[in-house]
Amino acid sequence: MSVIYVLLSISLLVAIIFFAAFIVSIRRGQYDDTYTPSVRILFEDELVKPPKILGPGKTRSFQDLETKKNQSTLKKEKSI
Amino acid sequence: MSRFKDTEVCYHCGEVCDNRQLHIDDKYFCCKGCKTVYELFTDNGLAYYYDLQAAAGASPKEVVSKYNFLDSPVIVDKLTEFNEHNLQIVNLYIPHIHCSSCIWILENLNKLNISIRSSQVDFPRKTVRITYNSQKASLKQIVMLLTRIGYEPTISLDDFDNRKKQIDRSLLYKLGIAGFAFGNVMFLSLPEYFDLASSKASGGEFWLNQYQDVFRWLMFIFSLPVVFYADRDYFISAYKGLRSNLLNIDVPIALGILVLFLRSTTEIIFDWGPGFFDSLTGLVFFLLLGKFFQQKTYSFLSFERDYKSYFPIAVTRITREGKEETTQVHDIRKGDRLLIRNEELIPVDGVLKIGPARIDYSFVTGEAEPVMKKVGDTIFAGGKQLNGAIELEALKSVSQSYLTQLWGNSIFHQDKSSKFETLTDSIGKRFTFTVLIIAFVATSYWLYQNPSMALNVFTSVLIIACPCAIALASPFTLGNMLRIFGRKKFYLKDTSTIEQLAQIDTAIFDKTGTITSAKKSTATYEGMALTLEEESLLKNTLRASNHPLSRTLYQLLSEHNILTLDEYEEFAGKGLTGSKDSSQIKIGSADFVGMPIASNAYKTSVHISSNDHYKGCYVFHNQYREGLSALFDSMSGTLQLAILSGDNEAEKTRLEQLLPKLTPLYFNQRPEDKLRFIKSLQQAGHKVLMVGDGLNDAGALAQSDVGIAISENVNVFSPACDAILDASKFQQLYDYIKASKRAMKIIKLSFGLSLMYNMVGLYFAVTGQLQPVIAAILMPLSSISIVAFTTVMTNLLGRKLP
Repeated sequence: MSVIYVLLSISLLVAIIFFAAFIVSIRRGQYDDTYTPSVRILFEDELVKPPKILGPGKTRSFQDLETKKNQSTLKKEKSI
Repeated sequence: MSRFKDTEVCYHCGEVCDNRQLHIDDKYFCCKGCKTVYELFTDNGLAYYYDLQAAAGASPKEVVSKYNFLDSPVIVDKLTEFNEHNLQIVNLYIPHIHCSSCIWILENLNKLNISIRSSQVDFPRKTVRITYNSQKASLKQIVMLLTRIGYEPTISLDDFDNRKKQIDRSLLYKLGIAGFAFGNVMFLSLPEYFDLASSKASGGEFWLNQYQDVFRWLMFIFSLPVVFYADRDYFISAYKGLRSNLLNIDVPIALGILVLFLRSTTEIIFDWGPGFFDSLTGLVFFLLLGKFFQQKTYSFLSFERDYKSYFPIAVTRITREGKEETTQVHDIRKGDRLLIRNEELIPVDGVLKIGPARIDYSFVTGEAEPVMKKVGDTIFAGGKQLNGAIELEALKSVSQSYLTQLWGNSIFHQDKSSKFETLTDSIGKRFTFTVLIIAFVATSYWLYQNPSMALNVFTSVLIIACPCAIALASPFTLGNMLRIFGRKKFYLKDTSTIEQLAQIDTAIFDKTGTITSAKKSTATYEGMALTLEEESLLKNTLRASNHPLSRTLYQLLSEHNILTLDEYEEFAGKGLTGSKDSSQIKIGSADFVGMPIASNAYKTSVHISSNDHYKGCYVFHNQYREGLSALFDSMSGTLQLAILSGDNEAEKTRLEQLLPKLTPLYFNQRPEDKLRFIKSLQQAGHKVLMVGDGLNDAGALAQSDVGIAISENVNVFSPACDAILDASKFQQLYDYIKASKRAMKIIKLSFGLSLMYNMVGLYFAVTGQLQPVIAAILMPLSSISIVAFTTVMTNLLGRKLP
C-alpha cells in the first residue's frame, strides 16, 4: 500500500476530528453567546480569595467574613 | 443656596444625591435602597462590584406583594426551564444588565444566597440563568433577592405562554459543513490544478495521476452533505417560488448547483475530467456566508411583542369570602373581583368598585394625562393605576377586552415579508430568463456545429451564470447597513426593512410618546407674578409631595433654601396646602384653590392661591422632541406627512405652529381607526411608514409597510414593529431613510459589477472552453470583489451618517 493512502487517511482523520469538535461545540451552545465569555475571562478569581477592599479601619479575617455572610443570609431569608 | 452647589453623586447608582445625609465614610448615597445594597455587597465580600465599574447599580424598588404569584407551583413550573427533585433552573430577563459589573455580581449570586448553585449571564440577551436548590430557596426568594440588589427581572405573560424556545442553530451547522467540504475539496483538487495538461488518459507522467480516481471520489463524497443538506434552503425556496409562478433569485442558484453536481458526477464516472466540486462547495459556502452575515439579530430586542409582554402573569383576586388569592390572568372570569395595587397594570375591562382611581393610559391610548375614575366607572384594560389600591369587577375575560381584541385582527397573523418582492428577486427574474435564452441559443448553435459539445456548453452556461455574486450583493450591503444603523441606535428587524424603507412615500406619526417626549414637560405661568417669598414657599410645599405634577413643577422652579414648613397637608386628588409663619399657600385644582371657572378645560394646569388670594396657574405643555420642526420640514419635501393621535385636540394650535403648513392632524383616533387609516392609504397605492410608540399603535405598525417604534429606553417594552429607533436619534430619522435609498443604489451598482464577471464567464462557456480551473478562479473572485465593494461603499455611507 502506498504511503499516499496513509497520508490521506491521516489528513482526513484530523479534518474530521476538528469538524466533529465544531459540531459538538455548536450543539452545546458555545456559539449562542459569543460576547459574555470575553468579559468573564478578565475577572480575577474573587470567588475564592477574601475581598481586598474593606471599610477603612476595619480588618476582618476570612473566617469572620464567612460567619458574617451566613448571618446576613439568614437575616435575609427571615426578612423574605 | 450653597447647600446644593457641591453635589455628590450616589456611589451605587450614579444619581445626583438630593441631600448628604446618607453616607458611609466618604461614600454618598441617593437613597436608603442604594445604601442597603452597598452594605449587602461589602458585607458579603462583593465590593469588587464598585471597582469594576463605578456607579453601575440601580436603586432597588420597593416590592411587597408584587411577586406573590410566584408562590403558585403551576406558575413556577411554567417559568422554570428545569424542575425536578430539588433542582430548579430559571432563565430571567433583566433589563438593567449593562456592564461588566452586572455580569460579575450576577455570576456571584451564590455569595448572597448559598442555595444558589450557579448563575450564568448571557450579556447580549440580558438574561441570567440561575440554578438553585428548590428545597432551600424558592423562585420567589430568588426574584426578591434580585430585586433587592437592583436587578429586577421582567416577568410577563409572554414568558408564561411560550416557554422553552428552541434556538435555531441550523445555519451554523450548514456553514460549518460547507466550509469543511470546501476546504477539503480545494485541497484534494490541488493536483488537478497543477497537472492540467497531463491527465492519465493523455499519458501524464506525474505519479499522482495514478491516484486520480481516489482524489476524485473523495471530492464526490465531500460534496454529498453540501448538496443534500447545506444548500437545502435554496432548493426549498426555488421550489416554493416556482409553485407560485415566481422566478426568484434562488431558481438560477438551485439550477446551477444541480447542474454542477450532475455534470461533475458524470465527468468522474466516465473519467472525462475532474468535475467542478471545488466551485460547487465554494459557491454554497459563500452563499451561506452571505446569509450568515445578513442574519444580524439584536438578541436583547424583540420585534414580535404583543400585549402579552406588557401584561402581568397573575393578579390578586378577592374571593367571595373576602380572602385575597393570586390568580392567573388567563383564569379571570366575568364577575371576578380584582385588587389592583399601586403601579400595577389593569389586565381586564372592569367596573371600579372601590376607588378613586387615577389611571395612566398614555401607553395604551396615547392620552398624555392620567385619567381620574370614580366608583362605578368602566375602566379599560392596559392602564396603570397610580394612586393607591383599587378594586374592580371584571366585565370580560382578558382576550376579549377592548385593547386585546385588537390582536384578533388578521394583520397580526400575516407574514409581512412574504408579500414583498425584493430587488434581488425582481432582478433575478430577468436574469433567469436571459440565462436560459443564452443557454438554449448556444446549445442549438453547437448542436448544428458539433453535437458532441452541445451538452458541455449547455451545462457550462448554467454553471458559470449561477448568480452567486448577485445573490451576495444584497445580503452584504444590507447586512452591513443593519450594523451601521444599529451603531446609530436604529435597530432593524431584518434586511428587507431597509429595502422597504427606501420605497416609502408617506410617513404617519403618532403624537404622545412619539413626537412628544415622555420624560420632560414644560409649564408656563399665567396670572399675577409671585413674590420671592411666595415662590420659596411654593417650592418647599411641592418638595414634600410625590404627585407627578408636583415633581415636574418642583424641577422647573429655581433653587430656594430649604425651609421647614409649619404646616403641610395633602388632599388626594385635590391639592396641597403649606404654611410658614404668617403666609399660607394652596396648590391644586381650580376649585380647590377657590377659582370658580376652569378657563381651559383640555389643558392640564396647577392653580395657586396665596393667603386665599388667587394668584394664577401653571399650564403644562407637552414637550416636543428636539428638532421636530426641522425634521418635518425636511421630510415634507419628498414625503406626505400626517399626525394620528389618540389624544384630544388640546395641542392642535401648538402643533400647527410647529409643523409645516397643511400637515393633516387627526385626533381622538382609536387603535382600529389608526389601522384602517393606514390600510386606506395603502389601498390608494401609497407605501406607508408608521412611527409610533404605544400599544395603541400596534395595529397601525403591523399594517404599515414599515413600522418604527420610538423608544426612550430600548430595553423596556415596545410593540411589534419592523424597527426600533432610540428617541435620542429621532431627528436623524430622515437621514436614515435617505441612507436606505443610497444603500439600494450600492446594490444596483454591484449588480452591474457582477454582470461584468458573468459576461467574461459566459464567453468561456459559450465557446465551449470552460475549464474547471477557470470556474474555480472566477467564482470566488467575483464573490470576493462584490463583498469588498459593498463593504467599502456602505462604510463610506455610514461615516457620513450623523
